[in-house]
Amino acid sequence: MKPFEYIRLSKDDLATGTIPVDSTFLAGGTNLVDLMKYGVEEPNSIADVGNLPYNQIEESTPGLMLGALVTNADTAYHPTVKNKYPLLNKAILSAASAQLRNRATNGGNLLQRTRCYYFYDTAMPCNKREPGSGCAAVNGFNRIHAILGTSASCIATHPSDMCVALAALEAKVHVLRNGDSLVIPFDQLHRLPGNQPEKDHNLAPGDLITHIELPEEGFSGNFEYLKIRDRESYAFALVSVAACLKLSEGRIADIRVALGGVAHKPWKLKEVEQEYIGKAANPELFQSLAEKLTRGAQGFGTNDFKIPLVKRAIVRALTNALNPV
Amino acid sequence: MQFSILLNQDIGLTKPNRHYMNTHQVHFTLNGEPVQVSIEPWTTLLDYLRYHQKLTGTKKGCDHGQCGACTVLVDGNSVNSCLCLLVSLNGKEITTIEGLGTPDNLSSAQQIFIEEDAYQCGYCTPGQICSSIAMRNRGEIHSEADLKDWMSGNLCRCAAYKNITKAARRIYEES
Repeated sequence: MKPFEYIRLSKDDLATGTIPVDSTFLAGGTNLVDLMKYGVEEPNSIADVGNLPYNQIEESTPGLMLGALVTNADTAYHPTVKNKYPLLNKAILSAASAQLRNRATNGGNLLQRTRCYYFYDTAMPCNKREPGSGCAAVNGFNRIHAILGTSASCIATHPSDMCVALAALEAKVHVLRNGDSLVIPFDQLHRLPGNQPEKDHNLAPGDLITHIELPEEGFSGNFEYLKIRDRESYAFALVSVAACLKLSEGRIADIRVALGGVAHKPWKLKEVEQEYIGKAANPELFQSLAEKLTRGAQGFGTNDFKIPLVKRAIVRALTNALNPV
Repeated sequence: MQFSILLNQDIGLTKPNRHYMNTHQVHFTLNGEPVQVSIEPWTTLLDYLRYHQKLTGTKKGCDHGQCGACTVLVDGNSVNSCLCLLVSLNGKEITTIEGLGTPDNLSSAQQIFIEEDAYQCGYCTPGQICSSIAMRNRGEIHSEADLKDWMSGNLCRCAAYKNITKAARRIYEES
């Protein structure tokens, strides 16, 4: 690992506004330290945010505020998350291993990098790791790669399960920018690659995620997180679906569908969801929604299977959500 | 190679200095004993345990958080020590396999692994035991699927999984 400057931030730094803009933030480190060992990330300076006061989950009106430094495990097992936001509980527990969930934080989960093989392999071209070097995945082995919202520069996916649930719940991300608080709707946090795949998100240097705000509605009555992967546990999603329904006499009063493993960000189309409000909830309807939600999907060879797979997963997740286990 | 200690111990803040490699003070509890060291910030907990403390019960397998051989307990939670920078563990309570029991006085978890024949070569065993104890500490296992998922972060290349999960189940239920 390349040597670096280490700064341990304290809450006094928050008060004085001395958060460094040219440092890489370290929280749990489960992704960052790994990337540093591979030489993918080589920060000159690391600012350890672990002692900052964002390590609580607090009931708020309405909803729930998840501190950015709360671990993924403590979040998933929090009584309110289990009871009111079971979709989030299920998504988090489907991810990684117990050890990683015990150490990884909520803020870090949002900002984790893609697991594209070529991004990790410093001997290969990658526009995300080294802008302008090319994309080895487009014509390479792209089994895990994106089918929606891709660009000629990058077909990487966002690897998080938690973020797919947060997108479906329409959470908000609280960010500290230049001493001021900023609230970002979840679907505006991450971005599509376009011609700047090196940018995973819309945060500016020095922006610090402090909290994730869950809205009042947790869809605890009708939800599903369906994750399809190469093995039962400890694997990233090939495709995943976070599905939420609010039903009124068999008709859809509210619907949320977010997809993981298919794009550079959790894939969710509000305008498509809106078309289904008031309609009778049944598998035929869900098939129609699956077609619209994945319109324009494009495979790159070894990931072609994801197109029919994600459509079937959408129908299955929404059908399961009618009668959650 | 030049080192300089830049820590201001009173306020716990460092003064950035880009011209020198630096060490930082960190204090924690290791197997029940308070420890304070100055350490390069890129030292992982795993390397510290093995190379500085000579606590070689914790194993290095993949060194990338994938195999679980390096699993130790931090504040009672299982973590991959290969992915933890020691400098970020200020104030934490760290427990390794050496802190659980001694050859003459094994912990109940270690004894259960022996009784269940829950290992073959033994390389993954310290990590398996730490994961089992953390699973018991968390207390969130409601099915066999939950147990297998919890233990899935510890690979066993001898594939002794059947008895490992049996031992982990006993640790969860008995101790």
